[in-house]
Amino acid sequence: MSVAFAVAWRQLYRLFTTPSLFLPSLLFPLFFFTAFAGGLSRVAEVPGFNFPAGYTAFQFVFVFLQSAAFGGVFTGFSIARDFESGFTRRLFLAAPHRSAVVAGWVLAALGRFLITATIIFGVGLATGMQVLGDGVDLFGLVVLGLLVNLAATLWASGVAMRLRTMQAGPAMQMPVFLALFLAPVYVPLDLLSGWVHAVASVNPISFLLEAGRGFLGGDPVHVAIAFGSAVGLAAAFSLWAFRSLRRAESAA
Amino acid sequence: MNRAFATQVYWLARRSVVRTFRQPASAIPAVAFPLILLSVNTGGLHAATRLPGFPTNSFLDFALAFAFMQGAMFSTMNAGTDLAKDIQTGFLTRLSLTPLKSSALLAGQLAGVLALGLVQAIVYLTAGLAAGATIEAGIGGIAVLLLLSMCICIAFGTLGAFLALRTGSGEAVQGLFPLLFVLLFLSSMNMPRNLISIGWFRTIATINPVSYLIEGLRSLVIVGWDGQALALAFGIVAAIGLIALVSASRALKVRLARA
Repeated sequence: MSVAFAVAWRQLYRLFTTPSLFLPSLLFPLFFFTAFAGGLSRVAEVPGFNFPAGYTAFQFVFVFLQSAAFGGVFTGFSIARDFESGFTRRLFLAAPHRSAVVAGWVLAALGRFLITATIIFGVGLATGMQVLGDGVDLFGLVVLGLLVNLAATLWASGVAMRLRTMQAGPAMQMPVFLALFLAPVYVPLDLLSGWVHAVASVNPISFLLEAGRGFLGGDPVHVAIAFGSAVGLAAAFSLWAFRSLRRAESAA
Repeated sequence: MNRAFATQVYWLARRSVVRTFRQPASAIPAVAFPLILLSVNTGGLHAATRLPGFPTNSFLDFALAFAFMQGAMFSTMNAGTDLAKDIQTGFLTRLSLTPLKSSALLAGQLAGVLALGLVQAIVYLTAGLAAGATIEAGIGGIAVLLLLSMCICIAFGTLGAFLALRTGSGEAVQGLFPLLFVLLFLSSMNMPRNLISIGWFRTIATINPVSYLIEGLRSLVIVGWDGQALALAFGIVAAIGLIALVSASRALKVRLARA
């Protein structure tokens, strides 16, 4: 545990003392929130769009889960940077249990997400976002975000451990970006059209988004399938991360 | 003298074009990424066409201009990064020892941007037409669409060259990408300005020059021949290009004097 806490502390300390590392992961979701909730608010008037909390809240859930996912991806970037600089190699030599290093990365990503999410939530409330869910619903939304963050961190750290270079950035980012955008981002699933509707219907991220919007709107839907998907993704990427760890160990 | 200038431009342009297409890591995202976003947004926002006052019943037609605009933004990155690499590797310093004209250097460097921009525009247009888009302005409109798209690529490419000459750093040029992305998303990219209901967003979209470039391109697809939209788009792109060219020429002089 001491290794995990030390790794997490180092990651978080470096993050908050280096604005160029922290600001992108905060500004990226805030920018999407501004662009989508501000520019597309009339979409709420489309026939068939029924979300009682309004378009700002509708977009907030997407941005909240996006910040959870990208918190994991940005953590993957710093892991790759540590591999390039040789720091992780030294860390692997010093740590008695290397899986504790991965646990440290996960803890750091969770801490990073909680701070980003708090700021985003504050901005959402300041811009007039309506919250119709109660405390239990909001707790559900936060747990959903934490699970997404966990899954994304395990995915990105797995890629970082396999490729061990900063050039792995697009390989971490693009699948996450596509998975997020091939979901009901702008309108509910029923209003999507064409192949995007077909893909979104089977994309697990769609269930996470709909459940999250249900929590914020005070009318939870797809809760079991959303948590099942999130736990399933986290479990699958745990396997991926620990297999990648074995590769990184043999290369170290 | 003119022949010597043409020869200089030719060799630098040839090098620039060959280098652009030998870097699939730069060229492929510049072509593919706007198409992916166009496709996702078309499926995701088709429902917006049901809003009263929406100018077309096909979101693909409405959003096609976005791909051209985003492609042009990749031109900024490519032109700037390539030129910064030349500065960092010392190629520009070696060129400064030859009787090369600085205007030939800029023109030659931008040839790669122009070539990639043309390929991008043809790919976006072909993909759009294959997916069912219709160009209201007809064949002539397609020619003007390509011309405007090329002008936007050159203007933004020159901006990238200026940044590279000013900073000498590829990372600094890459750092501009989020800012360009912000300009793109805070424009009338996804919604006509008169349908943006949030006041401050509509104000930003109205003063954002990118809105007028998109609207100029879009007018050819969904309206036909809209003189005002085209005049604004060509005027703004000329202004951006001119400012970028003057700035880049000055920065080049400083850079060559240092070398």
